[in-house]
Amino acid sequence: MTENTRKIGNTLLRVDDITLSFGGVHALNGVSFEIKEHEILAIIGPNGAGKSSMLNVINGFYHPQKGTIAFEGRERKRMRPHVAAEQGIARTFQNIALFKGMSTLDNIMTGRMLKMKRSFLWQALYWGPALKEEIENREFCEKVIDFLEIQAIRKTPVGKLPYGLQKRVELGRALAAEPRLLLLDEPMAGMNVEEKEDMCRFILDVNDEFGTTIALIEHDMGVVMDISDRVVVLDYGRKIADGSPDAVRANGEVIDAYLGVSHE
Amino acid sequence: MFYREAGQFKTSYAADQTVFPIVQDRWGVAAMVAIAFVGVPLVASEYMLQAVLIPFLIFALAAIGLNLLTGYCGQVSLGTGGFMMVGGYMTYKLTTTFPDVNILIVFVFAGLCAALVGFVFGLPSLRIKGFYLAVATLAAQFFLGWTFNKVGWFYNYNPSGTITAPPRELFGITITGPTASAEVRYLVVLCIVAVFAMMAKNLVRGRVGRSWMAIRDMDIAAEIIGIQPIRTKLMAFTISSFYCGVAGAMMVFLWLGSAETEAFDINQSFLVLFMVIIGGLGSILGSFLGAAFVIITPIILTNAPPMFGIDLPIDLQKHIEIMLFGSLIVFFLIVEPHGLARLWQIAKEKLRLWPFPY
Ligand SMILES: Nc1ncnc2c1ncn2[C@@H]1O[C@H](COP(=O)(O)OP(=O)(O)OP(=O)(O)O)[C@@H](O)[C@H]1O
Ligand SMILES: [Mg+2]
Repeated sequence: MTENTRKIGNTLLRVDDITLSFGGVHALNGVSFEIKEHEILAIIGPNGAGKSSMLNVINGFYHPQKGTIAFEGRERKRMRPHVAAEQGIARTFQNIALFKGMSTLDNIMTGRMLKMKRSFLWQALYWGPALKEEIENREFCEKVIDFLEIQAIRKTPVGKLPYGLQKRVELGRALAAEPRLLLLDEPMAGMNVEEKEDMCRFILDVNDEFGTTIALIEHDMGVVMDISDRVVVLDYGRKIADGSPDAVRANGEVIDAYLGVSHE
Repeated sequence: MFYREAGQFKTSYAADQTVFPIVQDRWGVAAMVAIAFVGVPLVASEYMLQAVLIPFLIFALAAIGLNLLTGYCGQVSLGTGGFMMVGGYMTYKLTTTFPDVNILIVFVFAGLCAALVGFVFGLPSLRIKGFYLAVATLAAQFFLGWTFNKVGWFYNYNPSGTITAPPRELFGITITGPTASAEVRYLVVLCIVAVFAMMAKNLVRGRVGRSWMAIRDMDIAAEIIGIQPIRTKLMAFTISSFYCGVAGAMMVFLWLGSAETEAFDINQSFLVLFMVIIGGLGSILGSFLGAAFVIITPIILTNAPPMFGIDLPIDLQKHIEIMLFGSLIVFFLIVEPHGLARLWQIAKEKLRLWPFPY
């Protein structure tokens, strides 16, 4: 994929001066950055830098002590995760958080929860509008299943799937929501080279075909350099760099952070 | 050999989403329904209906109710007996106050009362989980038992404190009270249970069921998808209690004929929980299997030994029963949380491949 097939648009999400601490631990310290429409933003940094915490702040799971978040220009300070979901923010987790007792298909169907509106009374009849809604959403989920090439495991309980496939199903569940902003927390962690290549391809395709904006956390620098449009680097809860992959790679402070040069 | 999926291709998602996608299963179910509705009333004895089939169906409905809450939504409850009590007492209160209202409608309203009570006692689930929630629902059980015992209004201040089913008709046939025949009561129970079981199955295979299971399996991820834990859990409590309420109403009006609060004590709560665990957490079929097992086992223990010339004292029977249930529950909880329903499924999968092992 080349740069000119997509048009990077205006700011979709802006976090401003986010400060988050747990007791004495400062997970995030005055972090500000933007995510632009249609771009792939990588968030990198050493372990414990606050990357996952940042995603948790964005989708309303953690409430920062200071700072604001503006999604599509609408500013907010605190909100519940389901509101973020309603606004079109979906995510995957660092440690897979699938619904273990359900099949692949049901997991992905659950991702479409917000697209289904019929009341439980209609559902109890499983007829008329409720059936129509179920089938329409099933059709969409089948598209996601085809896209991720997981047709064969449609009816398999996800608990029985190997790790790499579980990660893929989790991506499917997030995609089912047709998100505007997709947050991926280490989507390739623990995968072998082939699985990583598949996952990269899916991420690029999602971005390319559906124009979904993606923010991803990744430790594999090769992957980050390959697929991201822009990189934000966190270290000890602070943002230390923000720019194109090449610029960030050349940045001295980033090199220090990764080589573990002492700070104080 | 004849039980095969091969060659049966689904051509639409609707066909793939039916409850019994395999043709042979559909025939089996049709045969079962025919037997249940036509065969049984023709041949079953009064004893068979009154001691086995009617309680089996009523408890199956209560087990479905608890399974929706515990098996699907993951919220433990020991208040089942209490919610059934609300159904039983409210049916009595409503039908004695409004004798002209169709008794089936009264059942629904009594179920709604139980649903409301379930909603209220579900509120603690927003803050507490597991063991502590179980204790909170236990409090519901005792509070409700106390209320229906102490507040005379619920049993029309009758000095014995007993509620007795008055005769009520449906299409000109007496279905409740001392003159209602066992066949008629059986058929009414069967119809009600069939309808509500279907609705429960529909709920659990649609959006509502998925939201319950999502909360059960991983509540954080569920929340981030847009499921609101508060609403989802309360809905499970409400619908579950509705089912238990209707079961309680049928227990008094279509089975026992009269009852006191003891009929709905903590033992019933445990009995229904045993049914759900033995039958299979998160399975509608399992609710039936579990109810059948728990109802029929004591009857077999009473009747089988004399057939072989063994004379088991009553208390020993009771002890064997308790030991059997206890060990099965431990077995299922540790080895197979999906209970008898899962064993049935495994057997079917084996049969599908038979006679080729792979
Ligand atoms: N819920 C929490 N309670 C207490 N401390 C937390 C919590 N979540 C995160 N932290 C702390 O915040 C800091 C940042 O954690 P975070 O998980 O965001 O790091 P990360 O950059 O994602 O690291 P990794 O690469 O290991 O995933 C850590 O010191 C962590 O211990
Ligand atoms: Mg992390």
